[in-house]
Amino acid sequence: MSKIEFVNGVSTATEHKVQQITTRTDSREILANAHRDIALYHLDDYFIVDVDAHHVEFDSWAEILDHLENPVLRHNAKEMTKNWPNAKQLAFSNHPVGLTFQDVFGRIPHQAELAEHVEKTNEHRDLTLVRRAMDSMGIKMQVVFPQPMLEMGLHPDPDIVTAMTFAYNRWFTKTILPHETRVKTLLCLPFHDPDASIKMIQEFGETPGVVGFMITSQRHAGVHKNMYMRIYRELEERGLPLAFHAGPSWGDTMTTTMNRFLSVHSMSFVTCNMTHMTNWIVNGLPERFPKLKVIWIESGLARVPFMMQRLDHEYLMRQSDAPLLKRLPSEYIQEMYFTSQPLEVTIPHMLEATCKAVHAETQLMYSSDWPHWDFDVPSRIAGLPFLTEQAKRNILGETARKLFRF
Amino acid sequence: MNRDLIAVTALWRNMPTTSQKVFVGASDRVPEGTRLVVDVADTTIGIFRVEGKLYAYLNRCAHQGGPVCQGKIVPRVTEVIDERGESHGFAFDESNLHIVCPWHGFEYDIKTGMHPGRPSAQLIRVTVEEASDGIYVTV
Repeated sequence: MSKIEFVNGVSTATEHKVQQITTRTDSREILANAHRDIALYHLDDYFIVDVDAHHVEFDSWAEILDHLENPVLRHNAKEMTKNWPNAKQLAFSNHPVGLTFQDVFGRIPHQAELAEHVEKTNEHRDLTLVRRAMDSMGIKMQVVFPQPMLEMGLHPDPDIVTAMTFAYNRWFTKTILPHETRVKTLLCLPFHDPDASIKMIQEFGETPGVVGFMITSQRHAGVHKNMYMRIYRELEERGLPLAFHAGPSWGDTMTTTMNRFLSVHSMSFVTCNMTHMTNWIVNGLPERFPKLKVIWIESGLARVPFMMQRLDHEYLMRQSDAPLLKRLPSEYIQEMYFTSQPLEVTIPHMLEATCKAVHAETQLMYSSDWPHWDFDVPSRIAGLPFLTEQAKRNILGETARKLFRF
Repeated sequence: MNRDLIAVTALWRNMPTTSQKVFVGASDRVPEGTRLVVDVADTTIGIFRVEGKLYAYLNRCAHQGGPVCQGKIVPRVTEVIDERGESHGFAFDESNLHIVCPWHGFEYDIKTGMHPGRPSAQLIRVTVEEASDGIYVTV
């Protein structure tokens, strides 16, 4: 403990420089306690890889629209930004109203905006913010994703989705990725369009910092359909992992019955990945693409033991519905990769059992999801009392390092 | 915190203290319904005044150790239910002020330092006294 200040012989407290954290507070101040935890949990002893964090591409939306290849689409988007008061940062996006509820109405400011001061330099502002977050939490490498682009899976216009996905990926790989080797990414695929997805993989598959590709999970698509097999084959042959990144939807048959964002977030962030995982396994995709590494991002972990038990239970009675399977569904699940956030920790013995069930020591990878409202700091993993030291080391970074070949 | 609440070991709960009384400032530094966040060596403390009385807590949320004392102060939200069990929407309980952790939104009753839905999730209380010359905390 450092010394207490004395004023006129009296030990005196000093006013903290930031009394209330707002959207304008510096990330390093917001995360000051996480920075203190580096020493407390000896996080510097770990090689920490954060497999899911975000930058906010709203602020760069005009630059991203400039990367639209088709002159008509580029014109249309630019006209929207000129004429519609709210479209400057949203033209062509599919940003649903519910997402603006994520900050619990001002209670969690960093979710709404990181509006802190950043000196104008040659470095892109987003890169400065990403670096501030990494350094504050003791993270060595971070897989960075966008935000509103994750909603594109439910966009009504497939041509815009394809065009915007290329525009964003080209912008990100030019503006952010080459300027910091600690930043990596799994680029979005325009999954609804297999030809465009193959083109995307061919264009960026060998780009430094691109460690794989990602499908945004909120979409009405059966991932087992024949049209998608080419995508999986291309990734498998290149040795690139495929991630499914969860997201919310307040517009499906289940969530439209719900009146609170708590309910929508609890369910839809999970059910989207549960749906794809079910189709993935029941249709034998692990047997068809045995070398393809699959990562499930941002659905937490608690649903996985449920799925293991439920799918095993049904499979044993209905083996003829899933003839490609040679083992229990749970055994395939145990070979998949999962990111940790949001880690459900409220019932410790169930979390411990969950970690055992998913083979956390080799399959679980730490993720922060910063700057989102339910982010997890690295001490979530470092402070789990039932994990071995090697398990903590693997989850915090070594498994990701091996998977992504850092 | 009870170990049955969360699985993660919260090491900041075991931070060393010196049991030293430290002067914070004049009483008017913490007006009614507000907070003053101060640093005492390595420790950050939030001092709140509700209904005239002072309450002080370590600036660490029981959840993930976030800077809870630097969060928003809002009244507790309630839901109005009539005798038929029907809802008539939200209301503020102005008599029950909460401090909200800005990291993840955990809310605590400022008077008790407890989460309203899980009282075992509670803030670390710091002794605070008001003397004729001002406010003191013991850390």
